[in-house]
Amino acid sequence: MAALTSVGETPIAAPAGRPRGMQAGRRRRLNTFRYVVFTLFGAFFLIPLLAMLRFSLEGAKLGTWSLSAWRQIASYQGSGIPPLLSSIEITLELAVITCAVMLVLLVPTMIWVQLRVRWLTRTIEVLCLLPLTIPAIVLVVGLGEIYNRIQRFSLSALMLFWIYVILALPYAYRALAAGLGGIDVKTLSEAARSLGASWFTVIVRVIAPNMRQGILNAVLLTFSLVLGEFTIAYLLLYTNLQVELYSISRNTPNAGVLFSTSFAALLFAFALLMILSYAGRGRRRSRG
Amino acid sequence: MAVAAAVDEVPLVTSSPVTRVRDRAARDAVEVRLEGLSRHYGSVVALDRLDLTLEPGQLIALLGPSGCGKTTTLRLLAGLEDADAGRVIVGGRDITRMPANKRDMGMVFQAYSLFPHMTVRQNVAFGLRLRRVGAAERDQRAIEMLELVGLAEHATRYPHQLSGGQQQRVALARALAIEPQVLLLDEPLSALDAKVRAQLRDEIRRIQLEVGITTLFVTHDQEEALAIADRVGVMRDGHLEQLAPPTEVYSRPATSFVAEFVGLTNRLAGEVRDGSVIVRGCTLPLVERDTPNGQVVALVRPEAVTMASDGAPESGPLVGTVIAVTFLGATSRVTVDLGDARILAQFSTADAAALTAGSRVALTIRPDPVLVSASSDPAVSVAGEEA
Repeated sequence: MAALTSVGETPIAAPAGRPRGMQAGRRRRLNTFRYVVFTLFGAFFLIPLLAMLRFSLEGAKLGTWSLSAWRQIASYQGSGIPPLLSSIEITLELAVITCAVMLVLLVPTMIWVQLRVRWLTRTIEVLCLLPLTIPAIVLVVGLGEIYNRIQRFSLSALMLFWIYVILALPYAYRALAAGLGGIDVKTLSEAARSLGASWFTVIVRVIAPNMRQGILNAVLLTFSLVLGEFTIAYLLLYTNLQVELYSISRNTPNAGVLFSTSFAALLFAFALLMILSYAGRGRRRSRG
Repeated sequence: MAVAAAVDEVPLVTSSPVTRVRDRAARDAVEVRLEGLSRHYGSVVALDRLDLTLEPGQLIALLGPSGCGKTTTLRLLAGLEDADAGRVIVGGRDITRMPANKRDMGMVFQAYSLFPHMTVRQNVAFGLRLRRVGAAERDQRAIEMLELVGLAEHATRYPHQLSGGQQQRVALARALAIEPQVLLLDEPLSALDAKVRAQLRDEIRRIQLEVGITTLFVTHDQEEALAIADRVGVMRDGHLEQLAPPTEVYSRPATSFVAEFVGLTNRLAGEVRDGSVIVRGCTLPLVERDTPNGQVVALVRPEAVTMASDGAPESGPLVGTVIAVTFLGATSRVTVDLGDARILAQFSTADAAALTAGSRVALTIRPDPVLVSASSDPAVSVAGEEA
């Protein structure tokens, strides 16, 4: 979203000394190109979403409208699978836990590496980006043994957070690194230390608040990843929202609830994006 | 000039908050002693068994070229780095192994160091909050400190809404708010433009004298160091070359390095004979009277070069052609080509008024004690940096 907005706002620099007619013609061509590209990409993204929305509002008879699929989100119970609502709950809980663990692990580690062991930066970066290069099936095979042991203690799908934290690392790392790169960590931490701050205070009250936008972005990416994750949960025999939706689609002839739930999840992620970007912008505005 | 102009521009401060701050902040000023302090970075020696004592309430400026160890000294004192050897003693207590956050030192950094997410008042109150000072007292003291630096009306602003000079003044208020034992200033003016720098320099000195706090000021700008300090320490390769009042550092440099680093210096070929050096026909006393006889390079300040009273003879060892006259305000700097060398002289502007590029002039050298350099390159006639 932000990228699209900023593209629209980028001023077009006109080369000095060009005839005005050429400049105007070039601007017209650029504008036309821009509108065509936006229209094509907008259609590419919006048409499937609108189709999904239309299907979720399909009545009992073809071509009629109904809200029944949306009402079913709270009450739907397929045969042999948990209630839909419990899958939604567990997926949201999983997203919250994954975000929390990711932040607790990654934020202090990255700040500490930046402050005290900068030579480790590249190593940490490579480690964090590694999950991007490993296919999900390989991860599952590798972690299968560990999950066998975990399942002796708990069968809850919440246990998926271990692997989801690993999956979220590359995205969260990049977002946090961007946030961290925007501030003079060394000077701020030394200033805070000279004023009497412990390392904990430096991280929590001085550095972390200044990488707020990076943290919000990392949370958004992690949340979206967990909401949409299917492969690993399915292969490890856990039921999260996506696995539940897949089961519904296989067992139910009228899958209106499938579309309403998927669309609701998308709306939720979109709302989250809006809230987070508004929170960041609100802060800047209040300071501006 | 700059100093005189700046005095009028320093914001005037009402006396009551200053008095309150001084009464509260000026606890008994402490002595700071650095004993045999050493620090290495790999094979590079940043500090080599440095001994330095800051008397209570004194402002010492450490001056030197890049890499001379001045910032390392300050960081070791602040506890931001660990010494390889030596001791740091503040108020009689050995704090060598004490972490930075326990040292009770206020510090102003070269880079802007205000916390961007806090308002000016929150920044100043940050250290007090860590010390669990109550909210009402914290706010009151923050405002008092801001009044001290003339920025109370900006208390609710964020750092990015302030100019560079204002940010550094807030940083100074923040450092002083915790009533530290020692104030450390790490090139706090180097990011500012010349006018603001002169203003803030004087303001720092005024506040330091008001509060009476022992202060270490690190700078590479000799004008800054000479203007602000009770004593100036000139550093080179991790050790102190000279520690003395500014006038002494300038007029009686202890070593040729100090003579060349501080102010402008003419390097003139001369010959040592029995405790004096003969430079272009002028006999000058030596600072180091036991210098062995032989050829040397004498280091002569431009202000020691004067116009000969007997007019402009046709020839002589100190007769030459004026190349340039630089107006500096009350004085002017004149560059004279002597044929085989160039010499800088500093005259009153009234005396220099008659001189223009191309005019002939006869010079003489005032018989002030001079240092001689071990350098074997007498061909170079002018050394030193612009003051």
